[in-house]
Amino acid sequence: MPPGPDQLLQMYAGMLRVRLVEERVRELFANGRIPGFLHTSVGQEAVAVGVCAALRPDDYVLSTHRGHGHLVAKGGALRGLMAELYGKANGVCHGKGGTMHLADASVGYLGANGVLAAGCVLAPGVGLSIKHRKSGQVVVTFFGDGAANRGPFHEGVNLAALWTLPVVFVCENNRWASSTAHALSTAGGSIAARAAGYGIPGESLDGNDVLAVWEATARAVERARRGDGPSLIEAHTIRWVGHFEGDGQAYRGKAEVEEGRRTDPIARLARGLEERGLLDAAHAALIREGVVAEIEDAVAHAEASPLPAPHDALTDLFAYYPWRD
Amino acid sequence: MPLLDFGDALNLALREEMRRDPRVYCIGEDIVLGLPFGVTKGLIDEFGADRVLNAPISEAAIVGSAMGAAVTGLVPVVDMHFADFVTCAMDEVANQIAKSRYMFGGQIDCPLTLRMPYGIGKSGGGHHSNSVEAWFINIPGLKVCIPSTPADARGLLKTAIRDPDPVLVFEHRGLYRVTGEVPEAETLVPLGSADVKRAGGDVTVIATARMVHESLEAARRLAEEGIEVEVVDPRSLVPLDRDTLAASVRKTSRVVIAEEGPMRGSTGAWLAWVVMEACFDDLDAPIARVAGPNVPIPFSPPLEGFVTPTANDVVAAVRQALK
Ligand SMILES: Cc1ncc(C[n+]2csc(CCOP(=O)(O)OP(=O)(O)O)c2C)c(N)n1
Repeated sequence: MPPGPDQLLQMYAGMLRVRLVEERVRELFANGRIPGFLHTSVGQEAVAVGVCAALRPDDYVLSTHRGHGHLVAKGGALRGLMAELYGKANGVCHGKGGTMHLADASVGYLGANGVLAAGCVLAPGVGLSIKHRKSGQVVVTFFGDGAANRGPFHEGVNLAALWTLPVVFVCENNRWASSTAHALSTAGGSIAARAAGYGIPGESLDGNDVLAVWEATARAVERARRGDGPSLIEAHTIRWVGHFEGDGQAYRGKAEVEEGRRTDPIARLARGLEERGLLDAAHAALIREGVVAEIEDAVAHAEASPLPAPHDALTDLFAYYPWRD
Repeated sequence: MPLLDFGDALNLALREEMRRDPRVYCIGEDIVLGLPFGVTKGLIDEFGADRVLNAPISEAAIVGSAMGAAVTGLVPVVDMHFADFVTCAMDEVANQIAKSRYMFGGQIDCPLTLRMPYGIGKSGGGHHSNSVEAWFINIPGLKVCIPSTPADARGLLKTAIRDPDPVLVFEHRGLYRVTGEVPEAETLVPLGSADVKRAGGDVTVIATARMVHESLEAARRLAEEGIEVEVVDPRSLVPLDRDTLAASVRKTSRVVIAEEGPMRGSTGAWLAWVVMEACFDDLDAPIARVAGPNVPIPFSPPLEGFVTPTANDVVAAVRQALK
């Protein structure tokens, strides 16, 4: 069933939320409020939102180093996220994880990851657990085009296919792995085509079209829930900003970012909604206001929150450890 | 002597060795542009794409192929990007590279260098901050060096590249922009030669990489109280210059060992045993240690600060050793 008006508007607001969170986070990083090595997903919002819109709240997501958008799209609370990015004590990981190593188990977000493609081999295990518990859930694992050249991608897809596990592999192909162009690192060119080798569906699509992403994910999720096994989706998109904050981007010209802005997934959905009479300027402004208020609330919360006590560095290591270390 | 920073000194070493020996090539992720720490910057202009290879994100293949090339006549220098990701090529390092000469009865040279940017700082978090040198001294068949100054970095990397065996060079990422004098003339630092970075008669501090600098700072502070600290930098952990360490300990009779990684099963634990074995009768106090706590590296600055050993910790350990 195609998404109804409410769901379409939710996707619109969802993409806007990811975009504005990322833009705000970049600003806060530039102002020295947020530490760490920051990777944002500005321009890639349709993938996170289109995928997560096709999931149930109890489905799982495994994410990447560029993972804020996945968490926001999965429904993660902005307060917990923002406080974590600030390294505050009441961040969702109590300041231990930060931008690249955060998780929010309450919404099935099983972790951003500092190690590329790590999620590709965790996913089959999550799938195994789902199958064993007969819970009808699915797990999505996101990874970049660059990460698809690591062994765990191949091992994970093979295992999930071999054991018919409810996994959806989602490759966000933004044409670059840091400074290395997709074409200069990837034999055969297509990630989606690799699915054929493992006997599962592989689909290459326009990752700036949130509806296309939603549709393909909905199909893959349905197949997974039916018990027919994994699928691979390759969503082509464009990262508008540097690989990390502070990246001089000497490796690419302005044209690509301009192309990204021309194919802006948010503007594109807005146009579609306007044509169908579901959105007008006033309504769009209202949605934006609401999202901005949510974000500013999270920022104010993070600003006001305490830093962790230094010796809290020693907590959380084991569930139970009464021994002297 | 010209001043160079640590990163540029490594860059110089690569250039010198690549000029000297056409078999030397560099491989790693994003090294054409010199990412992530600038060490390989500009090499592409002088040596071209045949000798400066940007690899896909495929650590096992990067390290494994380097071994394949090394055992058949080339001399690879692998940039591990962040040493944390060596886990993704651990079989290649631990089972293949480390063991080939031994298992095959000494038939084959494996002249391979692994450059390991590592260490804590700037809220890198759990997957981008680890001091993993201890893992590798536990693998027979690998040589391990760990420079603290630009001159040592250049000299050790050159030696590593010329060595017929696999050598890991640990480059603390907090040191890349530290400057120091580097000899104009091509100068090698042999493996297994420790260096006394500061002479003193009261306490020996054995420290590696960033902790050498923290220990020198501690020594300056303690000197104001009349405590003279000798700072000894082993520079390579495998092989280890036991004689220089022992000579210093015989002079001072008191020892502190400082490193950045976690306390348990670490390089400091090994060095403590080496010192004790050589100098048991000379010691006037138990060996004191400075190291990180046994936890992963947290993100938030106050947490990260808590697990980062500094000059303060060295000062405290020296006082303990003086008790
Ligand atoms: C195993 C591993 N190798 C290298 C890195 C360093 N690194 C971080 S992001 C990145 C590029 C990733 O490219 P891609 O997978 O396409 O994702 P994108 O950054 O484009 O979202 C690299 C090389 C890492 N984090 N993990």
